[in-house]
Amino acid sequence: MYPETYKYTKEHEWVSVENGVATIGITFHAQKELGDIVYVEVPKVGTHVEQNKTFAVVESVKAASDIFAPVSGEVVEANDSLAATPEQLNSDPHVAGWIAKIKLSAPDEVNALLSAADYQAFVGEAS
Amino acid sequence: MNAPADLLKTPLNGVHRALGAKMVDFGGWDMPVEYSSLIEEHCAVRQRVGVFDVSHMGEIEVRGPQALALVQHVTVNDASKLAIGQAQYSALLYDHGGFVDDILVHKVADDEYFLCVNASNQDKDFAHITEHNPFQATVENAGPKYAQIAVQGQLAKNTLNKLLTPELLHTKRYHFLDGSIAGVPARIARTGYTGEDGWELYLAPENAVHLWQEILTAGTEFGILPCGLGARNTLRMEAAMPLYGHEIHASISPWEAGLDWIVKLDKGYFIGRESLIQQKQKGITRKLTGFEIIGRGIGRDGYEIQVGGVGAGWVTSGGPSPTLNKNIGMCYMPNNIALGTAIEVMVRGRGVAAQTVPLPFYKRAK
Repeated sequence: MYPETYKYTKEHEWVSVENGVATIGITFHAQKELGDIVYVEVPKVGTHVEQNKTFAVVESVKAASDIFAPVSGEVVEANDSLAATPEQLNSDPHVAGWIAKIKLSAPDEVNALLSAADYQAFVGEAS
Repeated sequence: MNAPADLLKTPLNGVHRALGAKMVDFGGWDMPVEYSSLIEEHCAVRQRVGVFDVSHMGEIEVRGPQALALVQHVTVNDASKLAIGQAQYSALLYDHGGFVDDILVHKVADDEYFLCVNASNQDKDFAHITEHNPFQATVENAGPKYAQIAVQGQLAKNTLNKLLTPELLHTKRYHFLDGSIAGVPARIARTGYTGEDGWELYLAPENAVHLWQEILTAGTEFGILPCGLGARNTLRMEAAMPLYGHEIHASISPWEAGLDWIVKLDKGYFIGRESLIQQKQKGITRKLTGFEIIGRGIGRDGYEIQVGGVGAGWVTSGGPSPTLNKNIGMCYMPNNIALGTAIEVMVRGRGVAAQTVPLPFYKRAK
């Protein structure tokens, strides 16, 4: 369910780091809790985001939810395909439904994030 | 998983949890917001049939020779026009003309009226009615006596055809009969909160699980889905039916909410009547209006509306319309703003282009 190579937050985001760039999305658990996702506001490329500050918004039919940056850095790419097909966050939250890529300004932040096993235990889902 | 201990539970709580529903705290009740997908549940009701547990709704019973006098005293509509077995949409107002609640009044007998009220307002409504009862009518806060199940959608009739006698099935819109459904005594009312044909069934809590299962079984061939409060909200929003706390509350009058049609000033005194007459003479300054979003974004309850960069109103309900595939909403706006006016809905500090449109957004084909 939760890729072993990813890191996770208690706010239900995932982070996948490659060459100092973190790809970020919301977890399977998060999309299930939100329900049908109908709108995603992705950050602008070039924006500097700070850990634990709002950097994107995901809206289900029912409500808008802030997404908090799990790491700090500069947005180098955003998933613009979510404008037309936000439902990718429901159907494929860990791959196609990525939200943005951030060039890490404080790479140590990643070390404090949860492992897949810890996150799975946190949300209490069987593997 | 069990319901949190501090929340109220309907008799169907265990059924919802067994179905894997997502449960939320809704005004102190542990209620299903969706089972599978809110959009699928919404579309099931628009295209086929859905079943809702609305047992959280409150009931107040008014009895005695002066029952009608009390109902007339506290409600805006004219309950004297009701025949036995007929229901009407109405409202309780404060003296100043604002809403205590919106309600359904059912005439059970010449000396008995049955009010269906909002769950979170039940105690407030009961207190309001008992405090304005110089008639010595008997008023009972009857919520715990009733579960309520709504069956809604164009195939509700086909579904209930398998569970009801023809006489009960052919009850007209806004009429009801006391009878038996699937072997269970119930008050069978052809009413609803979705903009579709449908029924609301009031029954003893101990029979709710049995009836729920019978309805689901009867509706299987028609594609019935159990539906949560999420779909109930999007369905009523498309039909522009007000929701207490959003379109109506203590600071809103029926004129502003576009509910002129339920106010019968000529029926004689009722609480709030004088204020409504004065408001009508002075004229109102704001009115409930529909909008649809043209740009990218979703207007939510409480968001500001701007016209030409100036604050002009606020959103009362908003979100995607699964039927129209647009982002829609209702808002309070100055009443001199024409339909089709370009407005902006302020979404997280950014103006999203929208325009005013007539209500309702959706009306079923008759």
